Amino acid sequence: MKNDIDYLKNIYNFHTTMIQNKVIVVYQGEITHQIVKAFSALTEEAMNKQGEDTFGVKKKVYHIMIECLQNIFKYADDPETGQPQDIGSGVFVVERTESAYSVTTGNAIANSKIEAIRSLLKNVNELDKKELNVLYNKTMMEGSLSDNGGAGLGFIDIARKTGQKLVCHFEPINDNTSFFLLRMIVIRN
Amino acid sequence: MDNLIIEETDDSPKVILDPANNLFELSGKSLPEHVIGFYQPILDWIDFYAFSPNAETNFLFKLEYFNTASAKLILDILLKLERIHADGNKVSISWHSLEEDEDMKDSGEAYAGMMEIPFKHITY
Repeated sequence: MKNDIDYLKNIYNFHTTMIQNKVIVVYQGEITHQIVKAFSALTEEAMNKQGEDTFGVKKKVYHIMIECLQNIFKYADDPETGQPQDIGSGVFVVERTESAYSVTTGNAIANSKIEAIRSLLKNVNELDKKELNVLYNKTMMEGSLSDNGGAGLGFIDIARKTGQKLVCHFEPINDNTSFFLLRMIVIRN
Repeated sequence: MDNLIIEETDDSPKVILDPANNLFELSGKSLPEHVIGFYQPILDWIDFYAFSPNAETNFLFKLEYFNTASAKLILDILLKLERIHADGNKVSISWHSLEEDEDMKDSGEAYAGMMEIPFKHITY
C-alpha cells in the first residue's frame, strides 16, 4: 500500500519538476514516423493555444521538432550494443519561458559516432549566419542522403534559423554507447 | 508521356506533372518517411520529360513546409529543370510563400541564387 502511495508521490514530484521547468511537451520512447507527426502537431497546438507567438517562432519550433525527431528515428542506436535500430528511441522535452522555447532531444548512439557529431556542432556554433548559409548550401549540393550529411544538414539549418548555439552533451552509457543530448533555443519575439 | 499526379497527404506534397495542360506543381508539406522513395519517381519523370519538354515550362512551388531531407531533393528537381533550360527549352519557377513565412521566402531566394533559371517570388 505504502509503495503505491510513494509511487504516486513520485509522479507528483515529477509533475511539479516539469512545471517548474516550464515543460509543455515531453515524450520518452520509440520515435516512429507517426510519433514524429503526432508530437509536432501537438506542439503546434500548444503554441497556438498560448496565442502570443509569431508565425516565425512557431514554425522554427515545429521545424526543430521534425528534424530532431526524424534524426532520432533514423539514427538512434541500441543503447546496449550501439547497433543501428529499425526504429530509434529517445527523449524530447519542450519548455516555454517568457523569452524563449527550449527543445531538448536525447538518444543513444554508438561511441564511434561521437567525434563527427561533436566536431560538426563545434563548427556550426562558431559560424555566423552568412557562413552558415554558405555551409548549408555547400553541404546540400555535395552531400548524398546516405551520408551523415543527412543529419548534418538539419543541425546547420537549425543553427542558421535560430541564430543560437546548439548545446550538446554525450553522457556515457557503457563501453559501446553514449546518450547524445542536444538543446536548441528559439527566441520568442 | 503519362502525367504524374500525386495527391497531398499529411506528410507529403501534392504533385502535378501535366505537360499537356502546362501544369507543373509541387505544393503542401514535405516531411515524408522515405524521402528518396517519394521523390525518385518525380526525378525519373523529369528525366523522361527532358527528352521532349514543352517550349515553355513554368514550375510552381507552393510549399508550407519542407524538412532538410526534402530540401536536398527539391534542389535535385531544380537542377534537372536547369538542364532542360540550358538545352534551350524555357523553364521558369514560381516560388510561392505565405506572407508571414520569412523562412520560406528565404529558401526561395537561396534556390534562385543557385540557379540560372528565372524565379518569380510570390507571396499569398
